[in-house]
Amino acid sequence: MQLQVRMNADSATGGGANGRLQSSGNQPGGRSVGLIGKLSRNSEAFRELGLLIFIVVLAAIFQIRNPKFLSISNIKDLLANTAILSILAVGMMMVIITRGIDLSIGSTMALSGMITSLTVSANPGISPFLSLVQGMAIGLVAGLVIGVLVAYFKILPIIATLGLMNILRGMTYLISKGKWVSAYQMSAGFKNLSTGTTLGISNLILFAVIIYILYAYFINQTKTGRYIYAVGSSPETAELIGIKRKRIVLLVYALMGLLAGLAGVLWVSKYASAQGDTAVGYEMNVIAAVVLGGVSVAGGRGKVSGILLGSILFGILANALPLINISPFWQQFIQGLVILAAIISNVLLQRRNDKLALKKRAI
Amino acid sequence: MEKTAININKPRGLHQYQWEIFLVVLFLTVNVVNSFLSPYYLTLDTFVSTPMNFLDKAFLVLPMTMIIILGNIDVSVGSIVALTSVLMAVSYNAGLPMPLAMVLALLVSTTCGFINGFLQIKFRELSATIITLSTMTVFRGIAYVILEDRSAGKFPSWFSFLAWGYIGKIPFILIVFVLMAIVFAVLLHTTRFGRMIYAVGSNRTACEYSGIRTERIILGVSMLAGFMAGFTSLFLTSRMGSTRPNVALNYELDAIAMTVLGGISTNGGKGRITGPLISIFLIGFLNYGLGLRNVSAQVILIILGILLILSVLVQNFTDRQTPISPKKASAPTHRSDAGDGSDIHENSAQGG
Repeated sequence: MQLQVRMNADSATGGGANGRLQSSGNQPGGRSVGLIGKLSRNSEAFRELGLLIFIVVLAAIFQIRNPKFLSISNIKDLLANTAILSILAVGMMMVIITRGIDLSIGSTMALSGMITSLTVSANPGISPFLSLVQGMAIGLVAGLVIGVLVAYFKILPIIATLGLMNILRGMTYLISKGKWVSAYQMSAGFKNLSTGTTLGISNLILFAVIIYILYAYFINQTKTGRYIYAVGSSPETAELIGIKRKRIVLLVYALMGLLAGLAGVLWVSKYASAQGDTAVGYEMNVIAAVVLGGVSVAGGRGKVSGILLGSILFGILANALPLINISPFWQQFIQGLVILAAIISNVLLQRRNDKLALKKRAI
Repeated sequence: MEKTAININKPRGLHQYQWEIFLVVLFLTVNVVNSFLSPYYLTLDTFVSTPMNFLDKAFLVLPMTMIIILGNIDVSVGSIVALTSVLMAVSYNAGLPMPLAMVLALLVSTTCGFINGFLQIKFRELSATIITLSTMTVFRGIAYVILEDRSAGKFPSWFSFLAWGYIGKIPFILIVFVLMAIVFAVLLHTTRFGRMIYAVGSNRTACEYSGIRTERIILGVSMLAGFMAGFTSLFLTSRMGSTRPNVALNYELDAIAMTVLGGISTNGGKGRITGPLISIFLIGFLNYGLGLRNVSAQVILIILGILLILSVLVQNFTDRQTPISPKKASAPTHRSDAGDGSDIHENSAQGG
């Protein structure tokens, strides 16, 4: 528990393990250590509060422009649409924390969705649960390949995933022979995976909630989860203290693949159609949601609560723009600006934090 | 610092050109196979005119070589091509004379490159990967905002000369490309600017301590990349006769694949421009041959992806064979271990 709290503070102070060790070395047991931790944790909370306020304001504006925005059905729609994005955001957060990036997830989703829906159309009696397992297995294999390339063969994440993005997309077209799998070829149980409800709540939302509980526990409460942050803040230090860095990197890409495989099944089941170009470019939406949620692309920083807010904000943007009559052609531009603004504001906030931390140390 | 860079890149006999020789052998193999597939293939005329099909994107490979030697990566070039192509078409249709529209295209693309470079030097905490990823979305987003799902064109007839014209028996685009390649080769291998690109690519922190203005180098290379993207958009638009916001999709992948296959190490600081020049023609003729065989675009996509990963794999393997053990030389391990976060390292090294 003690370790976890300390590492939490580390990941927040930004200088990572290095800066942390130095500051406690200079003033052993000093009050400034606690102060720095408190301050940066506060600013982290401040950041999330800001995001929350922004969401509320945005929702209010949209509500004024179009009263349908906050209707029950639209909110349900919005959350269900955000569910897949937020599931992927968890995986992408872990990848980005280790200073990586994964551009292949859109293709992984397409491949897993295509294969599972082809299987379902060939054997309509197959249990939806098996489809989920099948999709996750396909994603896991894709993720493992990327993980091995990045961790053990030292290929830059962007190059490895750019390559895999094209390979997996090409495979999807080849397997489907350019054809679509349409709604009538899918069993009711399969379509029910995403469109059905349990106890009045959409299955998609339930999936997202389960994933978030599992991963929040994994990232915050387990040793391996904390190692991901350690590897991201300082790969060398992590290795020096005996963390098996390569295994952690392999693990995050494998988990990303697993989640992308799951998301692919959910996507196909939701839209009741599997196509060669399923989820083209979706990786950019996920990256946007993650950096919007405060995950630093420099590695080592990011919180589950942050990306949840980031996903919801991004979901609102995607959902509301058509509702207030903004042409869909603006969407990509706005999305790009949002990513740019988010990464730049992350940097500026971090610089301010570091400056404050330095000032505290000087006294 | 500069001295070691020179030593690394100075040819030491034929051995140094191993990779290029390998590429040439591959290139010849591709052509022999192609000529078996189609009896009309190996006439001199087809051989000279085939490059018209792929040379437009080859202009991106020249600056991409510099970017990767710098240890960076740029995935926004395809979007810059699309944006400038759209802007050129729209401004021409709005009444701007075509030559001015072409100048405008080059200006806009250079500005896009400037934005990429400016963001990189102002926000050094961010890797070039994430910056160009976001500008990629922004630039193509602007193209969509301007043209939505329409297409624009109706260029004057002389404009098609760019991509389809011949001077004597040689395609115009081939001549322009050869000239550009010479300019880039001279720039990279004989000028101070070129030496500095290698120096910054091998160790940016050391360069800064020795007084090299690394920011200028990065900004300059980014602007060159933008300028060449404008060139690509001119020839691409001329080849197609009209343009849409979704042109030049995945061009960045092609450019990166050609560069990396050409033997430019993604760890930065290493490589000669001859490799990418050969691999442009290798991949171009390979695609052309696969097209002759009616192989679908998707399979070509897979092959390109595999080629990209394989060539990095082989390079990383040969890098490891060098006599200096990676454990001892701290800078290379930093680079290879940190993935694309190498900038951050140098930052923290400076701060500490």
